[in-house]
Amino acid sequence: MPGFHEFIDVCVVGAGHAGCEAALACARLGLETVIFTVSVDSIALMPCNPNVGGSSKGHLVRELDALGGEMGKNIDKTFIQSKMLNVSKGPAVHSLRAQADKAEYSRSMRRVLESQDHLTIKQAEVCELLTEDVIDDLGNPIKKITGVRILTGGIYSCKAVVLCTGTYLNARCLCGEAITYTGPNGLMPATHLTDSLKSLGVSVRRFKTGTPARMDKRSLDFSKMEEQFGDKRVVPFSFSTNPDDVQIDQVSCWLTYTNEKTHEIIRDNLDRSPIYAGIIEGTGPRYCPSIEDKVVKFADKERHQVFIEPEGLYTNEMYVGGMSSSLPEDVQLAMYRTVPGLENCKIVRNAYAIEYDCIDPQQLFPSLEFKKIKGLFSGGQLNGSSGYEEAAAQGLVAGINAAMSILHKDPLIMDRSESYIGVLIDDLVTKENFEPYRMMTSRAEYRLLLRQDNADLRLRKYGFEVGLVSKEEFDKVCEKENAIKAEVSRLKSVRVGASKSVQDFVESHGSTVLKTGFTLSELMCRPELDYHKLAPLDPERPSLPSDVIEQVEIEIKYEGYIERQRRQVEQFKKTEKKKIPDDIDYDDIPSLRLEARQKLTRFRPISVGQASRISGVSPADISVLLVYLEHYQKTRS
Amino acid sequence: MKTETIAAIATALSDAGISIIRISGDEAINVADRIFVTKEKNHILKNVKSHTIHYGFLFDGDELIDEVMVSVMKAPKSYTTEDTVEINCHGGILMSRKVLSLVLQNGARLAEPGEFTKRAFLNGRIDLSGAEAVMDIIHSENEMFLKSSVKQLRGSLSSSIRTLREKILFEIAFIESAIDDPEHISLDGYQDRLSEIVDDISVSLQKLIDSFDTGKLMREGIRTVILGKPNAGKSSFLNLLVGEEKAIVTDVAGTTRDALEEYVKVRGVSLKVIDTAGIRSTDDVVEKIGVEKAIRFADDADLILYVVDSSRTLDENDHRICEMIRDKRAIILYNKTDLHAAVTEDEIFDLIGKRFPLIHVSAIENIGLDEFEKLVKEMFFEGKISSSDEIFITNIRHKEAISEALEALKLVKKSLADQMPEDFYSIDLMHAYTSLGFVIGEEVGEDLVNEIFSKFCMGK
Repeated sequence: MPGFHEFIDVCVVGAGHAGCEAALACARLGLETVIFTVSVDSIALMPCNPNVGGSSKGHLVRELDALGGEMGKNIDKTFIQSKMLNVSKGPAVHSLRAQADKAEYSRSMRRVLESQDHLTIKQAEVCELLTEDVIDDLGNPIKKITGVRILTGGIYSCKAVVLCTGTYLNARCLCGEAITYTGPNGLMPATHLTDSLKSLGVSVRRFKTGTPARMDKRSLDFSKMEEQFGDKRVVPFSFSTNPDDVQIDQVSCWLTYTNEKTHEIIRDNLDRSPIYAGIIEGTGPRYCPSIEDKVVKFADKERHQVFIEPEGLYTNEMYVGGMSSSLPEDVQLAMYRTVPGLENCKIVRNAYAIEYDCIDPQQLFPSLEFKKIKGLFSGGQLNGSSGYEEAAAQGLVAGINAAMSILHKDPLIMDRSESYIGVLIDDLVTKENFEPYRMMTSRAEYRLLLRQDNADLRLRKYGFEVGLVSKEEFDKVCEKENAIKAEVSRLKSVRVGASKSVQDFVESHGSTVLKTGFTLSELMCRPELDYHKLAPLDPERPSLPSDVIEQVEIEIKYEGYIERQRRQVEQFKKTEKKKIPDDIDYDDIPSLRLEARQKLTRFRPISVGQASRISGVSPADISVLLVYLEHYQKTRS
Repeated sequence: MKTETIAAIATALSDAGISIIRISGDEAINVADRIFVTKEKNHILKNVKSHTIHYGFLFDGDELIDEVMVSVMKAPKSYTTEDTVEINCHGGILMSRKVLSLVLQNGARLAEPGEFTKRAFLNGRIDLSGAEAVMDIIHSENEMFLKSSVKQLRGSLSSSIRTLREKILFEIAFIESAIDDPEHISLDGYQDRLSEIVDDISVSLQKLIDSFDTGKLMREGIRTVILGKPNAGKSSFLNLLVGEEKAIVTDVAGTTRDALEEYVKVRGVSLKVIDTAGIRSTDDVVEKIGVEKAIRFADDADLILYVVDSSRTLDENDHRICEMIRDKRAIILYNKTDLHAAVTEDEIFDLIGKRFPLIHVSAIENIGLDEFEKLVKEMFFEGKISSSDEIFITNIRHKEAISEALEALKLVKKSLADQMPEDFYSIDLMHAYTSLGFVIGEEVGEDLVNEIFSKFCMGK
């Protein structure tokens, strides 16, 4: 087929949350980048819930921001309500969540893309990946990406491709008996790329997710619902955003509940649900079940919460959180109308379920590059994850590593002790996932260290090293770090005597009197005392910014716990640092059990630590591997 | 780099007069010094020369544990090339175990199978052939461990551990789902409930730990199963073995009417003898259960005593027994030699397909017991039979793991008392859960995520 031919550095396929981050990262690192989308009007689209963040997802956004990603900055510009969740719990699980003005979020991200040097937006369906056969460093035949072909015939030759196709591959939407072959929001699906992937030997599977209805605000009776306000003092997502700039007028969300009548309608019509009728083939996520699932699986629950959330400032549409469904239109309307406040609701968009093709991410290195196709990277829902934040985080890492491979630099690989992003990617590429993967705080073993409040301290250096964070921003973090250290050690060394005035002070705060002198840090550890309360006992205290004080307070108050996690991390790092050479032949290690040998041969883990997380590899196998590696290194050196 | 200090019993586990507990690692000398004092009540080990041996006593706090000799070998001139201390204590399973526990309480951790040798290799002390041997050791230990785990899966220990784990997991899942979905699930007033649950679980764990020192010794012994068709003389032989003058350790009725366990000491070797129902095909339901049970016992046995009635010809029941014992350790008891022989030795071996030691016995005339006892002793000391029921190392690991779980629960209580937020104690609960999983050989994997999704309704 005749067509034009362009030569660039990177092609990013898809302009959702993953694609935008990937393309921006590559372009910002100076690489000529084209981002492809089936519709330029759907850049950074939020086809499901109108919010960014939430438990553990908020962590991802903060981390992405620390590394130099865009999502945090963009939501700070376009949010209409914001809340810090879990404030009654420990600092490690505090998590930001903001309601977005969806249209504004999308427009604002598009503006960022359009004004980025080295970045071109192209509306086209990529239908084929172009590769050549090469020999890898070990002499094995593999493929190497050379470019992409678009449906209209044009060819873009490039050095790396980042796939961020989201839910568009062979997408199919289901609303009861009505089935349409469309992507989210009725957009055009991508129907050619799956075949191209398969012909390159990529294994593909099918996942499913769903979204609830949107309703006309004027048809809802908010007097029957509970109003949900945003926080009085909003914390921005981005470390670069001035907190004063996000203190805006916020809009409210609303809470109402399903009831027995709702559940009865659902139960009576289950045979018309495509999931229960067996029409849906894809595997759905257990963590955002449809209302049908909730009613069936938690039959003893008398009611379920329903959150009514605005989709933006300039639209009447309201999102009905908690009631996603693939039941037919008439059943949807009947069931929604049983909910207090929704008696007269008018549905703008029906709830629907969507099925799509995605890959088995165990085919990827932790850099998100395909093990068997050099130069091909993959991020977001295509890797079997779900959620905007999970997608954006992977998109950023895939984009950075596509750039690193072109620039001949080491890939950015964060481990489980460094970031939620590290946990996310490690889980995806190492473990077997049978459903769309969602981030959860319980997946992070070292979460006391991986807080949303210290993402900058943890990750700015990586952002700086890869080139997405400026020297100025990095210096700021270094200064902060020093200030924290200095203040912690000062508080540990300043002693207060057991004088009458000190005793009176302590007693006035409901704390037990001192028998001997204490350091300020020891006093801070008492639950009823904190940094601010101790000010009168601490006249020498320097004036410090609030983010420094926050860190000092956490470091001291939770020192015992944090110290324990640090020790666990040291243990963990030991095996993580033990790299497994590329050319290891597991069949040479007879003491390995057969199952372990097969699994290891298939996965080719990069470190002993990663090997130990593969299901089917036992601790004894790891001991055998360790002994073998020691011998291996001794004979090579 | 600092290495962890490890310890284990270096000598074979038996009723020998002396046992050696080896400690290796940076802290080895300090660990030993904490528990060892000379006759003059001095702690001296930190200041002694390398490769010297010292007489003194081991104390657990104020309690005298044993009179010992302690040798000190300083790095790099030791087997592992690390600081190493060897404690020569009095032998016997109970004492060795006590001394090892004391060492572990004072800063060492239990060595992995083959770990001393592994360190010797990693530190360049031994060569590749040594290292390959280590791999074999690790591997075989692993298999033994698995085998014993499987066995204990049927036991009461694992079922009680499993119940406790389920309770803990439920609580973690509840906390975690409230963290992940704070708008749907609330933790108000939860602390008091958790505190009670933690207390309950702690009591159960403490009971398990206490049972370790006292209860488990009773179960030591080589699992010896007597097989034979009905009326072959199995019970008579058992009675012969368990004569008045024999040291019967205990007498536990079997879990069903049809199997009886006896503990017998045969020339210093402990046997746990299980008398089974006679093997024959039957339609009688109760008897069938007995036979099936006998087959399962035989499957787990360390040693099988196959009682052959020499006065009757071999039949299909003998045939079945021969198939069962073919791959096991067995002794053939050629019984009823006082009667006319209807079976030859070769006929028996032909039916089995291999040769086993065979002893002529007459339970009635008290013939053959002496020869049997000699044979058992010989087999034991040649290592041909050993107890797999109670792998010592596995059990002390279990105790360690349970103690660790209990410690973790204490931290939960402390966090509750300190009014720490929920996410802090869920970490220690997880630690307890993981430790207990070790006892029954289960890893954590996706347990928590599965529990959250199955028990709590999450979601947008």
